Amino acid sequence: MKRRPTFLLSMLAFGFAFFYVPILSMIVYSFNASRLATVWGGFSTKWYAALWSNTKVIEALMLSLKIALVSATIATILGTLAGIALVRMGKFRGRTLFSGLVTAPLIMPEVITGVSSLIFFLLLAQWIGWPAQRGFTTITLAHITFSMVFVTTIVQARLLQFDRAIEEAAMDLGSRPWQVLFDITLPVISPAILSGWLLAFTISLDDVVITSFTTGPGSTTLPLLIWSKVKLGVTPDINALATLMVLAVGLGVVVAGIIMNRTEARRLADERLAYRTNG
Amino acid sequence: MARLKAWFDRSGWSDLIVGLPYLWLVLFFLLPFLIVVAMSVATKTPTAPPFSFGGEHPWINLGGYARLFGDALYVRAFLISLMNAATATFFCLLIGYPMALALTRVSKSWRNILLMLVILPFWTSFLLRVYAWMGLMGKSSWFNAALTDVWNWIVPIDWAVKSLPMMHSNFAVVLVMVYTYLPFMILPLYASLERLDPTLDEAALDLGSRPWQVFLDVTLPQSIPGIIAGGLLVFIPAAGELVIPSLVGDAAAPMIGRVISDEFSSARDWPMASAVAVALLALMVIPTMLYSHYQARAEGTK
Repeated sequence: MKRRPTFLLSMLAFGFAFFYVPILSMIVYSFNASRLATVWGGFSTKWYAALWSNTKVIEALMLSLKIALVSATIATILGTLAGIALVRMGKFRGRTLFSGLVTAPLIMPEVITGVSSLIFFLLLAQWIGWPAQRGFTTITLAHITFSMVFVTTIVQARLLQFDRAIEEAAMDLGSRPWQVLFDITLPVISPAILSGWLLAFTISLDDVVITSFTTGPGSTTLPLLIWSKVKLGVTPDINALATLMVLAVGLGVVVAGIIMNRTEARRLADERLAYRTNG
Repeated sequence: MARLKAWFDRSGWSDLIVGLPYLWLVLFFLLPFLIVVAMSVATKTPTAPPFSFGGEHPWINLGGYARLFGDALYVRAFLISLMNAATATFFCLLIGYPMALALTRVSKSWRNILLMLVILPFWTSFLLRVYAWMGLMGKSSWFNAALTDVWNWIVPIDWAVKSLPMMHSNFAVVLVMVYTYLPFMILPLYASLERLDPTLDEAALDLGSRPWQVFLDVTLPQSIPGIIAGGLLVFIPAAGELVIPSLVGDAAAPMIGRVISDEFSSARDWPMASAVAVALLALMVIPTMLYSHYQARAEGTK
């Protein structure tokens, strides 16, 4: 028993080095003065300055954020409804097909989703004249479709743990059904809805493959811009952009983690208090 | 509970709750997919859109599927995809298993921090994680230089190289796949290992088992559901991967995702692209069914 942890812990250290050395190397080289991205030529922050004045990057970022906000919000509404439908609606007609439709996008290879969406939009344009041009609308529609099922998975898991006696109790105490829904059910599943939204937002912000199939002229999202530059090789301004994105995400995750820990601690304290006052 | 549902049914909200997401998925997921399935038996034409269901072969043309088996390009692409995905899954397991096991052995406060560090790369851009390795594997990078030194030191002098040709190879594809998909392996493994009862280990040790015997006889068999879940979570997306082989892969030996994309965009052969896509999906269905089978059995034994 004594010897095993040494091996395991060194594997853990190796694993974390494997995870973080490439990212750290990328961050270090974003401060490289040399135009050659992989040869060190002294410290410089000029690539950050260049990034700031690069209107294409800013425009692409704005488009990505816009798509992510809209698609994550609609995906969260639809995904939550689907989660409620699967857990709460019992045996409705077509349930088997529905639960299949909710799982299939999770395992569908992105390239197939992309190709089928593009064929669909192209044929639709041929038949009914809409969408006349691919861009913001088609990207958003595709993003909603493949991110809503992630929301469903999260909401569904939360609803399955849900203690329905609370709802019964509220109804016994005279709450109207819609009051139960807004005072009990939605607040209890709201953390799941929030994580679902965050996941949908991140997935949309990060997507390359499906976006590249559903985009049209003039609609370049940030991942598509990076994709087109990265295909040509490693450049220092992409290193700078990557560093900023990694730092933003890292900060976001750490803050979200701290907030979640706090709420969890408060909930536990409340629970203890409730037990104590009830004897 | 029944009362709340009865109210939903009576007031018509049920129809909306079920109908809205249902309609959406049928329209934007099922319909496009059925179009692809139909497209796979169409005939390529030089018109716009480039397909028809008439011509020499009335209605159905199975030529696309015949080419899948006849043309070495497709067979090879499928084999390379399966090989790369299987190799990546194997190495994810090799690295991920000890990491997951180690995570169950550290103190509670460390565990949360380390788990967050496992998840953190997953939240950062996928594209940028691939890109980070492009920087490391390039001919002039410090990482390549260091590995080259090691290589030259190990091998006989005739094999010495100036830099290792890592980029644009299957090696690069597998390495980056392991890097990007490792969290998918660690998390389900950790979830299944964490549930194990540590007193079982102690009992086996007390009864005279050596530590590696305890691992083989007690820990490993109990974690098989986690291994299967993690393996499929890595294998399925890896087999259909498009971004990684496009950026670091060998363009002369494309994976199947690249073939679909090229057939569609460059060759404008919609029926062929669809046939390859349907074949890839058929290949995915087998491991997925295995997964749900094991999942159902795991639920049953609980």
